[in-house]
Amino acid sequence: MTRKILIADDEPNIVISLEYLMKREGYEVLVARDGEEALAMIAEHEPDLLLLDAMMPKKTGFEVLQAVRGQQSAMKIIMLTAKGRDTDIEKGRALGADDYVVKPFSTRELVDRVGRLLGLSADDNPE
Amino acid sequence: MKSADLKLWVAVGLVGLVCLAWLLVAGLLLWAVLDPEDWATVTEALGGRAGLLLFLWALALFPVYAVINALIENHLRAPARLAEQARLRLESGDSRSIEPEGSTEVKRLTGVINDAIEQRETLIARMDERVREAARRTEQEKARLAALMSELTKSVVVCNLDGRILLYNNRARLQFKRLSQAGKVTGGSELIGLGRSIYTVLDRQLVAHALENVQRRLERGAASPSAQFVTSTRSGKLLRVQMAPVRAVDEDGQPSAERMTGFVLLTENITEDMRADAEKNRLLAELTEGSRASLANTRAAIEVLEDPAVDAPLREQLLAVIGEEVRHLSDRIGELQRSSSEALRSRWPLEDMLASDLIDAAISRIESELPMRASRAGDIDSIWLRIESFSLVQGLVHLAECLHRDCQVRWIELRLSSHKDRAALDLVWTPDPDADSPLDKSWESESIAGGDQPLAMTLKEVMERHGGDCWMDKETDDQSARCYFRLLLPLAAAQEELPPATFQRHEGRPEFYDFDLFQPGERSQQLDDCRLRELSFTVFDTETTGLNPAGGDEIIQIGAVRIVNGKILTGECFDQLVDPQRSIPRAGIPIHGITPDMVRGQPPITEVLPAFHAFCADTVLVAHNAAFDMKCLELKQALTGLVFDHPVLDTLLLSAVVQENHDRHNLDDLAERFGLTILGRHTAIGDAMVTAEIFLKLIPLLAERGIHTLGAALEASRKTFHARIKY
Repeated sequence: MTRKILIADDEPNIVISLEYLMKREGYEVLVARDGEEALAMIAEHEPDLLLLDAMMPKKTGFEVLQAVRGQQSAMKIIMLTAKGRDTDIEKGRALGADDYVVKPFSTRELVDRVGRLLGLSADDNPE
Repeated sequence: MKSADLKLWVAVGLVGLVCLAWLLVAGLLLWAVLDPEDWATVTEALGGRAGLLLFLWALALFPVYAVINALIENHLRAPARLAEQARLRLESGDSRSIEPEGSTEVKRLTGVINDAIEQRETLIARMDERVREAARRTEQEKARLAALMSELTKSVVVCNLDGRILLYNNRARLQFKRLSQAGKVTGGSELIGLGRSIYTVLDRQLVAHALENVQRRLERGAASPSAQFVTSTRSGKLLRVQMAPVRAVDEDGQPSAERMTGFVLLTENITEDMRADAEKNRLLAELTEGSRASLANTRAAIEVLEDPAVDAPLREQLLAVIGEEVRHLSDRIGELQRSSSEALRSRWPLEDMLASDLIDAAISRIESELPMRASRAGDIDSIWLRIESFSLVQGLVHLAECLHRDCQVRWIELRLSSHKDRAALDLVWTPDPDADSPLDKSWESESIAGGDQPLAMTLKEVMERHGGDCWMDKETDDQSARCYFRLLLPLAAAQEELPPATFQRHEGRPEFYDFDLFQPGERSQQLDDCRLRELSFTVFDTETTGLNPAGGDEIIQIGAVRIVNGKILTGECFDQLVDPQRSIPRAGIPIHGITPDMVRGQPPITEVLPAFHAFCADTVLVAHNAAFDMKCLELKQALTGLVFDHPVLDTLLLSAVVQENHDRHNLDDLAERFGLTILGRHTAIGDAMVTAEIFLKLIPLLAERGIHTLGAALEASRKTFHARIKY
């Protein structure tokens, strides 16, 4: 079964690259441009993993995180953020993010982290 | 008759009687041993000579008198005179030697007393010299302190525990002038002045909180028990204040380890710093977070481009992304370079504080201000935080208030834990299962209310200032489904506590502490019971366009001066012309000397009265014929909203109380009677000044009539005939 990944980020310039990379790895990719759209798509598509930007319009990544964690979902979450302060990382982890990646990041490493969280080795075929 | 004279006559009488008795006994012996013939011969020989015998007896009494008189003179009268002379020297301080007289012993005693007098004189002279020397040193210390304070670039204000200003430097005066809303009118003297309350500038609760922190640190034996806080003034400026204690001095002259008699405030106007700080933070965030995002986009695009499988349209898209992001970065760096010179260095003054002190302060505020109970949990006694405690306590009270208001919570727990270099302060509660989820609330984004002065900040901003963060969540491993609001705070390095003796023994006493400024005040007493000598007064006078304020006459000048601790503060006058916004009748101009040209461009009464009201704060008003001046002020109440409800004393009425036999009590008559010179009669400040001098002369005269307190003075004024005058 194809694993679904939801990319929630309001920056189209990063979404282009992330979308390509995740698709190349064989994941089904969905894109949300703000927090509210992300929550709606999570409810509708039940993705396996959420790449969540911290700073988004309508609802911030942290608010999305709290809403999602309240639903007892099994979805894995990686926070992507330009905020590199310790307190942001601690806040993300405390609110239930599985991983926290500070921009700018290595796309190779991000792909590895996604694979690890989805229980796949880098060489496994996700399909 | 003097006692010595009586003794003399008694002694002479006794000797005379003894002689008579001796003669009688001799006669009886002769009569017993002689034959009757011989006895007849004797009586015949003496017959008719009895008078001669008595004469000889009386004659013999004169030498007896002389001898006894000499004895009494030398042994009784001379010591008595010596005692009187010595007593006189003792009581009058007369240093002349006493002339020796009387017996040898008395003369020796006189010599000893003369030596004692001489010794006393030497001692007094030495003591005078030492007093003069001490006074000279005190003057030098005062001069040194004045020089030091005038050179300081920080504003220094010294207050007693009642918050009364005892000392301030020129820098403080200039700073308070800038902070004053009416600086142009008063020069800031309504805010800062000897005897004024610091609470007109700083929030009382804030100062009390800082004092509490300082007191706790003193009790704990901290080496430098100071506290800092930031506050906003009524005119919207931000002040950074550092408070240090003025310790009480023990009987042995050492500073007390725990007791304070006052505090020193070092204040700094950081309004500009804070604005620049906010700008700097914004720039930094732009530089870091903004650049991170652009770099991430660029890096991801490049890494994707490395993949040979990328098709041409995507390649074009990715190259466009890189181009855009690089331009974006260049623009941002250009903008930052232009604006970075504005960025300044200041930050909130965070200070080290034991977590238990913060939590205790928060619990006590929450329980006193809200119908809630609060408890503490966690290892709070060993964790030191680096915080701005006032804003944090305000923030915690705000959260508790929100919980009570929105979720009807009545019990909370303040729990603390530490992780690496941060502490998590959780406000924990059990939500009502039927109520809405508190997680939807955004209390951290509401302005913090609380107290008389809202903080005008949100909890989120407070946390940002601490370099921390806050959020609300449910306990994950808690069966009771409790919620918590977490404040992530910076930790401080644990402080080593020194035993009090360490600094008590080695810390030198700064020389400029040699002022007796910290006598405990009696401000807490009812005002009426306060003694006139101890009160602060504002003596004022108004000049008006005419004598009928109710008929449209307006104030054209207000002059005032304050009396604190029985001294006229001539350096802190209020002297202001007022634009009456009407014509000035020609008839009055020769009297008050104020022409229409002089009041043109001057502030109107609506600007002057608020400044004057602030100048009079916490004082008793004094005026000559006060009913008239008070009427002028009262008529402006509706326009300005200012009520002059201070106690008012009238020198006209007080003069009538102490000088019942005089009919005239006008200012000129009183000045003449008290020998005062009026400089600038019929200018408001000139009249206010002479009224103040008259008032000071009246205080001891009132005291002679048993009128010592404000209440008694007011009551006596009411009873005088002149009190019936109405305008």
